Amino acid sequence: MTEKTLNTSSFSVNKAARLTGDEGASRLIPNWIRNWRTPDVLLRLVSPIVLLLLWELASELGLIPQRIIAAPSQIGGTLWAMIISGELGKHLWVSLQRALLGLSIGVSIGVVAALITGLSKRGEVILDSPMQMLRTIPSLALVPLFILWFGIGEFTKIALIVTGTTFPVYLNLFAGIRNIDPKLIEAANTLGLSRRELIWHVILPGSLPSFFVGLRYSLGISWLALVFVEQINTTAGIGFLASDARDFMRTDVIVICLLIYSVLGLLIDGLIRTLERFALAWRPSFVRN
Amino acid sequence: MSSIEPSAAPVQLRNVVRQFGQQRVIDGLDLDIAPGEFVALLGASGSGKTTLLRSLAGLDSIDSGQLRVPKARAAVFQEPRLMPWKRAWKNVILGLRIPDAKARAVQALTEVGLAHRLEAYPATLSGGEAQRVALARGLVREPKLLLLDEPFAALDALTRIKMHRLIIELWRKHTPAVLLVTHDVDEAILLADRVIVLANGKIAEQLSIDLPRSRDTGQEGFQAIRARLLSLLGVEVDAPAPVAQAAAASVRRFAHA
Repeated sequence: MTEKTLNTSSFSVNKAARLTGDEGASRLIPNWIRNWRTPDVLLRLVSPIVLLLLWELASELGLIPQRIIAAPSQIGGTLWAMIISGELGKHLWVSLQRALLGLSIGVSIGVVAALITGLSKRGEVILDSPMQMLRTIPSLALVPLFILWFGIGEFTKIALIVTGTTFPVYLNLFAGIRNIDPKLIEAANTLGLSRRELIWHVILPGSLPSFFVGLRYSLGISWLALVFVEQINTTAGIGFLASDARDFMRTDVIVICLLIYSVLGLLIDGLIRTLERFALAWRPSFVRN
Repeated sequence: MSSIEPSAAPVQLRNVVRQFGQQRVIDGLDLDIAPGEFVALLGASGSGKTTLLRSLAGLDSIDSGQLRVPKARAAVFQEPRLMPWKRAWKNVILGLRIPDAKARAVQALTEVGLAHRLEAYPATLSGGEAQRVALARGLVREPKLLLLDEPFAALDALTRIKMHRLIIELWRKHTPAVLLVTHDVDEAILLADRVIVLANGKIAEQLSIDLPRSRDTGQEGFQAIRARLLSLLGVEVDAPAPVAQAAAASVRRFAHA
């Protein structure tokens, strides 16, 4: 007991000493500097900028050879040149079309399959086990087979993106449908909802959050799939750009491709967040009272 | 079916049996509820009261016997069970196929004192408010039978007193037959015309509560009924002395003003 009181008293003395020290120093500094607060955003930028500068310096001094990785200034210059010439835009546009086409087909198949298996017992018996088997096959392993079946044209590329994007949506939406609070289903039954009304007013809105989780995965996969899909007989697209750069040891272009992927990742996440904010406005995390 | 005349009691149960495996949860139960009657169902856990209410709500089937309930019935559960993705007024009219539904929703929510929360999502409602929306959702269907499954159990004491008053007010206005499942003996006596004690899936005892309305726990005869019901439920209480009753009068609970 006595020890405790002693501790607290010495602590408060320390605190008082520090306070007076602060006041002493502050007399020498003008008010506006003392109240100056650097915005957090700027503070966050400090360490990346320092890293970039170190990288640039190391490249200039020849510590990092160009075949390992290009200097930031060179990457910036190449990026600018590619934007100006419209080359980057062209490749992006081609990739975007492929990704979106594959994604929309894949998500549609996933949603339809999940509705069939989620909403009917018979559907689950018939469709779920093949889906579970197919989902474990890596899309990469399908490349040779798809090339044999569909050739090396556009169809194979889209088909590979479709196989990658179907299953995340399928699995999540199926789980979402099955995990709806049975108490809500009961309540709906006492309210006399028909089967169709139950699906429309209870099951679909209730499984929407899970759908968005799946959509997020699928969107990411649709872009990742481009990396290998666009190495098959292509002359355009981000994946082509990367593999072409590899062949010519253009590390600057490879880094640009990586940058594009990360920026796209951010954009996709932002897009989904915006969609969720509208579609899931009722969720406690979004509700502002 | 011939033994039950139509247009009599809205709820008629004859020799109803419901069993899970070998265990008979409801065992040859007979029960009538008159139009507009307020019945409270008491019983220890596992006495079959929730099973009975679920059968009446159509959420559970019975294994034998006759069960007759009005088509127009509504249930309010311990949790509000509102659809989180629908605003309060949309929850109220969910499943209702009538024109001008919004006006009805507004009317129903006004009745429960929530006219200002029409557009609120359930996540933003307090426990009491959500339960009142659930009540409005039940009553907007003009039920002949209102089933209440411990609807006040999860509410704080003050909110519960307000809800008791509200439920009596609404019951008088809409005059449905009410079956209230509860653990709270005081609540049963405060609200009901008749208290049924369920034990082993059968009616162990039923008491008509003739206390004049606007009841409170300090009312003459209240403590005697309470002691009787508690002893039926296996809780022994000392017979209330007149002095103790007088002292209780200053702290008594009111059902409604």
